[in-house]
Amino acid sequence: MRSGRLFSLLALTFALSSAPVFTYAQHEENHEAAPVAVAEAAHEGHHEEKKEGFNASEVIFGHIGDSHYWHFFDVNEHPVSLSLPVIIYHPEKGLEVFSASKFHHGHESYNGYMIDPNSKMKEKIISEDGAKIIDFSITKNVLSMIISVVLLLTIMLNVAKKYKKNGAMVAPSGFQNALEPVITFVRDEVAKPNLGNKYMRFMPLLLTVFFFIWINNLLGLLPGGANFTGNISVTACLAIISFLVMVFSGNKHFWSHLFNPPGVPFGVKLLLVPIEVISLFIKPIALMIRLFANILAGHIVILSVISMIFIFAGLSKVAGWGFAPVSMAFTIFMFFLELLVAAIQAFIFTNLTAVFVGQAVEEGHGHDEHHADGHAEAAHH
Amino acid sequence: MDLLTPELGLFVWTLLAFLIVFFILRKFAWKPILNSLHERETGIADSIAAAERVKKEMSQMQADNEKLMMEARAQSAQMLKEAKEMKDSIINKAKEETKVVADKMIADAQQQIQQQKMAALTEVKNEIGKLAVEVAEKVIRKQLATAESQNDYAQMLAEEIKMN
Repeated sequence: MRSGRLFSLLALTFALSSAPVFTYAQHEENHEAAPVAVAEAAHEGHHEEKKEGFNASEVIFGHIGDSHYWHFFDVNEHPVSLSLPVIIYHPEKGLEVFSASKFHHGHESYNGYMIDPNSKMKEKIISEDGAKIIDFSITKNVLSMIISVVLLLTIMLNVAKKYKKNGAMVAPSGFQNALEPVITFVRDEVAKPNLGNKYMRFMPLLLTVFFFIWINNLLGLLPGGANFTGNISVTACLAIISFLVMVFSGNKHFWSHLFNPPGVPFGVKLLLVPIEVISLFIKPIALMIRLFANILAGHIVILSVISMIFIFAGLSKVAGWGFAPVSMAFTIFMFFLELLVAAIQAFIFTNLTAVFVGQAVEEGHGHDEHHADGHAEAAHH
Repeated sequence: MDLLTPELGLFVWTLLAFLIVFFILRKFAWKPILNSLHERETGIADSIAAAERVKKEMSQMQADNEKLMMEARAQSAQMLKEAKEMKDSIINKAKEETKVVADKMIADAQQQIQQQKMAALTEVKNEIGKLAVEVAEKVIRKQLATAESQNDYAQMLAEEIKMN
């Protein structure tokens, strides 16, 4: 039944998104193709003086990294992009807010701040006086997240309004229909099996985690979208939230089993307790890396496959055109896969959070036995 | 390795956004949605349980009815049987009684007939005896009308006695 539900969820994801995906894929092609093709055309002109071809890694890392601009495409080597607000905390100068356009795409410094020319993979703002500044800018990722948050709130609050308006006994309609199976899936397949009768306490967290990750995964798949959930800061934040929930909801049973496993000889305890403590911290780290790596890898693969067109085009125009259909087919395949991964990773993150929290709030099976042990120990003292 | 170092800015923004989303959705979305779902599910479960119960009650009632009918039928059959038995016994008894009465009447009648017959016979006998005595008296009177014949007779009687 479990796999059946999962399968139907995936089928739903596919059905809901297969039509738009095609256009996204097409757009992706157009968007990605446009700047680079223009760049190519521009490069053709410069070909004699500069032997610089298409730099795939620059394009890919430019996309997957964070940025202070939302870059759409280039026209005649002039990037068409949205400059985002830069918010910087300087330990001496305090908070400063200005537009990223002041940097002129990293060519100029402003107010003693500049974009680090030595950082290749990341667009990093540094202070010219070498002070340790903290960058709170509304970057591309932050803006993308704000968009997704607005979307999420709009969708969910509207659906909730419908429930309030129609009452419980009216059949769901419209978007309610799409969300209800997902919500009941999270409740029946994620929360209930892992959390037992305490599941209602953690349902808001699990649902928020699930939909937050899912919608951000999906938005990240849009052409020109940010690589939000493929950023380790984001997954670290989410993992820390689920770690804190786990730690703060841990009951006596959980902690006593962690630091004083019952029925284990002292010598083994010395070995077991450090392992248990390490595993406690490995859980959120695994959560963090799993989501980050999956989404990042998906983005890199799609971009790499598209980049191959231009790498071939760099060799010869015919090779570029010839490879385009192959690349497109593969990209579309990857897109479908990524749509699946978007839902699956959101599900896995939520499910593992539920599993970890479930371990923390679990009541002992041999509770009486445990109590007896405790009494025996008390008697010894 | 730049990719693997978290940035504080994005981290803080994510945390902020997530917490805002969490608290808003918890209060205004998840609670009403989950409550409605729960309410609907319990409502449906209750309805099904109620339907099941009614069905059970109906079948129970039907069974009861059937049982009652059976009992009633058995009872009426029993009553019919008893009535028939009673009728038979009454008829038999009546027959027997009639027979006894008739027998008695016959016996009485016979006895009476016998008595009257005996009475009649006795009367007839008496008449005959009387007649015979009268005849004999008349005969004897005639035979013993002379002294000689009286002597003869006395002689004969004496001889008879002597012979004895």
